[in-house]
Amino acid sequence: MTIGTQAFAFVRELVRAESAIVLETGKEYLVESRLVPLARAAGHPDVDAYVADLSKRRTPAALKQVVEALTTNETSWFRDSDPFTALRQSVFPALAKTRSNRTIRIWAGACSSGQEPYSIVMTALDTPELAGWRVEVVATDLSDEMLDRARKGEYSQLEVNRGLPATTMVRHFERSGLSWRINQSIRDRVEFRHLNLTRPLPPMGRFDVVFLRNVLIYFDLPTKRDVLKRVRQVMAPDGHLFLGAAEMTMGVDDAWERVPAGRSSVYRIREEQRTCVP
Amino acid sequence: MRAVIVDDSRAMRRIVGRILGDAGYEISEAGDGLEALAVLEGLESPPELACVDWNMPVMDGLTFITEVRKRPEWRSITLMMVTTESEQDRIVRALAAGAHEYLIKPFTGEAMLEKLDLLGLLPTSTGV
Ligand SMILES: C[S@@+](CC[C@H](N)C(=O)[O-])C[C@H]1O[C@@H](n2cnc3c(N)ncnc32)[C@H](O)[C@@H]1O
Repeated sequence: MTIGTQAFAFVRELVRAESAIVLETGKEYLVESRLVPLARAAGHPDVDAYVADLSKRRTPAALKQVVEALTTNETSWFRDSDPFTALRQSVFPALAKTRSNRTIRIWAGACSSGQEPYSIVMTALDTPELAGWRVEVVATDLSDEMLDRARKGEYSQLEVNRGLPATTMVRHFERSGLSWRINQSIRDRVEFRHLNLTRPLPPMGRFDVVFLRNVLIYFDLPTKRDVLKRVRQVMAPDGHLFLGAAEMTMGVDDAWERVPAGRSSVYRIREEQRTCVP
Repeated sequence: MRAVIVDDSRAMRRIVGRILGDAGYEISEAGDGLEALAVLEGLESPPELACVDWNMPVMDGLTFITEVRKRPEWRSITLMMVTTESEQDRIVRALAAGAHEYLIKPFTGEAMLEKLDLLGLLPTSTGV
């Protein structure tokens, strides 16, 4: 069976209000399959009964669980590889020439279970130009469950198989039981925080590099536009933004321009838009 | 691009062959290290990739990799260990012997393609 129209409408509105993720008609099956475990755990015979109960009680913790269940957390190490090559070969060396305080600040804005920010740290460690530099990575996500996993830094065999070079794995990970744990020295360089991209940003300072990959795709156009605008406010004027392969700023927020970086591309704030925001 | 799949399990050779075949590879197979050396000898030019199981009869994967690394004419072959052996010191040994990558079984097709992407050996797409 699939979820009823009413229950689907409730979930769709909830998820949209809390995360801006758009669940189009046709995603009933997805909603059903993601909510079945929650319904079972709560002792309901099916998803409809569970959602009916949820909509009556509106327990914040339960609502949050539903939103988290509907986010897609798919990620991997050095995802798509090219952005990380671009970091090492062009973005980091360029920043190393212009930052006199020998500090680089990076924000990973939808970090999921942590592979992305940790890959950024490992890439920085592999960049000769940054030897002796301070690299601060702030990693944020909507999902507290993902953030907990990310902080732990422990990954299953299947997860370490995905995109992690073997040399990097033996260098930066320790086997612990059946899983692999990323070394403390790497974990210590990332600060994980809860952050909802669709809300005004908390004070975070300025970033030289922002990774906002594979998250805008879930938002509708006005939300994408708001998010990109807010990113500009925390971005150094000459900063670099990385988006997912299926994402772009064109037609969304044209204050950005796309510039090639190796086999990848980065987005930079157009010269004429680089007004210094206080 | 061409690949040699070295594994004593036919089922595993078929799975890996499928993944690589779909990615655009031409495949040769061998059931152990010694047979794989013979396959390499028989090819006109070395393949780009060899996927090598660790535990096999006659000649195991580690020995095979060591043998391949001794031959300058085979220097261009990228060697990827594909095995259930998952202890850290095993991985270190394989890399020290000359393996370029290490994929632990069980794995998904996607994981294998991501490894190939890392190695710059994905012919059909750049991964972007
Ligand atoms: C597909 S993952 C992308 C992970 C990583 N950036 C990558 O490219 O591999 C999408 C992530 O976005 C998060 N997310 C979804 N909506 C969000 C929102 N409104 N604010 C912050 N994060 C959100 C999800 O929790 C999920 O971890």
